[in-house]
Amino acid sequence: MARGGPDTVVARPGDWVLVYSIVLPPGGRAPAVPPETQAVPLEMRVKGFLVDRAAGRAPARGDVVTVRTLSGRLVAGTLLDVNPVIPPTFGSPVAELLAVGPELRGRLGGGSWT
Amino acid sequence: MDLESRSYEAVMDRRSDILRRSTGIDYEAYRQGRFAFDYEAMMAGAGYSIERARQVQAGANVGNTPLLELRNLTRLARSVSPAGRGARIFVKDEAANPSGSFKARRAALSVREAFEKGYPGVIAATSGNYGAAVASQAAASNLPCIVVQEVFDSRGVGQPEILEKTRACEAYGAEVVQLTVGPELFYVQLLLLEETGFFNASLYTPFSVAGIETLGYEVAEDCRKATGKDPDVVVITHAGGGNVTGTARGLAKAGCRGATVVGASVDLHGLHMASDRDFNRKSFTTGHTGFGVPFAVWPDRADVVYSAARPLRYLDRYYTVTQGEVFYMTEALAQLEGLERGPAGNTSLAVAFSLAGELPDDAVLVVQETEYTGAGKHPTAQLTFARENGVTVRRGDPADDRPGEVIVIPERPEQVRAREVSLEDLRRSYLRHAWQVGGADIGVVDKDFFTAELRLDRERVDSILRDLASAGGGT
Repeated sequence: MARGGPDTVVARPGDWVLVYSIVLPPGGRAPAVPPETQAVPLEMRVKGFLVDRAAGRAPARGDVVTVRTLSGRLVAGTLLDVNPVIPPTFGSPVAELLAVGPELRGRLGGGSWT
Repeated sequence: MDLESRSYEAVMDRRSDILRRSTGIDYEAYRQGRFAFDYEAMMAGAGYSIERARQVQAGANVGNTPLLELRNLTRLARSVSPAGRGARIFVKDEAANPSGSFKARRAALSVREAFEKGYPGVIAATSGNYGAAVASQAAASNLPCIVVQEVFDSRGVGQPEILEKTRACEAYGAEVVQLTVGPELFYVQLLLLEETGFFNASLYTPFSVAGIETLGYEVAEDCRKATGKDPDVVVITHAGGGNVTGTARGLAKAGCRGATVVGASVDLHGLHMASDRDFNRKSFTTGHTGFGVPFAVWPDRADVVYSAARPLRYLDRYYTVTQGEVFYMTEALAQLEGLERGPAGNTSLAVAFSLAGELPDDAVLVVQETEYTGAGKHPTAQLTFARENGVTVRRGDPADDRPGEVIVIPERPEQVRAREVSLEDLRRSYLRHAWQVGGADIGVVDKDFFTAELRLDRERVDSILRDLASAGGGT
């Protein structure tokens, strides 16, 4: 696996990669969805181990590749990322919440509470 | 498979067949009328008595979670209530389950069923804790698992809580199929069920709901042990209806028939659940009115033919709280009780805190779940994300909270005030929906079914249906 700038991501067989595809096109969505949803495609992102390579070179972002997923399926899609970052964080401290603990403890009084 | 047979309409047309194969349940065998079906026969047909469910769960290291008394939150509730008021508040610490939530109970039975019937794997379509629960149970049975989630808006921005669920599912070795906003989650699930022949570990099968009955049963048992009596009130976070249904059935099976069953949801009125625009303007991805109301007024909207989750059969009262109130109580639980949990599972805690002040101080109030917390779902993560998406976060009176626009963190505990939803209105909505989709076909057997569904007498059902007929079904 090698990772350069955003457009130079290349992948090798066996790499853990993220692929993308469109499942339903705009207008082909479920009848009941609101207009802003009907106007955009239903998109799918799946991760797996890269099983192939484009002819003569390592696949790069934007190439259509096949992955083997954790359940063992083979899934084709456009390569989006290699070794994608695990995204969730705890965010930033929130002043409005930081104040709550001291306020409530103050109400109940200090020391042993029971 | 050719393109035409993969179209939304074509796949939905094959829905009944796919669901029968993937659940092993012959739903048609329970059909009694246009709407009516034999609910109790369907539940019994699953073959999980309380004893068997407990046995399966014990074998999967699920259940038997501690019931904790929240002494400081009780003191706080009493400090803002008239003398003699302020029920004792207990919480069932369901975060102690293997995947960190009560959903492990549902998953344990579903995965057991898949294993025993010889399915080569399991699939769940869910963006919540249930996905991780199925993944966890599948891992312990060495069954392949796929979880289908609704994660991103069309900008590619993921809801942090759901990104955390993706991570958790992958940690348990499951494949996660991440989709953009839309109810077509179920369409993709159907395609995957066809492709793989896996078991449909739906939230809405009898297996899943029977798995929660043990929770209600334990609440009764634990409460008797701790207080010498049955709970007076049990507060249950309500979304798809399984939590309310299973817990209430379990309480009844334990012989606890006097407890008031209270549903609790986060108020997200005005936000459309299938809207690409609204998707990332909410800080709660479950336990909210966007599921709670539609699944109460029409349970059979999910990934099964007949849902085993039928909340209006069991709810005695239904309350909402704001996102800000739940964040406030989540902070209170951590700061006063030393329990960092949730936040979504604390929806019922916020309602319970509000109700405690109305009850006598010898009453016992049980909050029947907690859930694990983590990156993405933690209040700091959600409020940071809310601000990034243009939502204002401030202190103030929760009455000023506006879903998708303003999250108000209460300034004082007495401002946490649950708001009651009229069950009578929900019952009318249920009948209005029935009338709209098949008014002319409603027969005697359907009317009898509605009396059980809605806990109304036949006269009242007839009267509401007559009103709908004379108004053309549109009132």
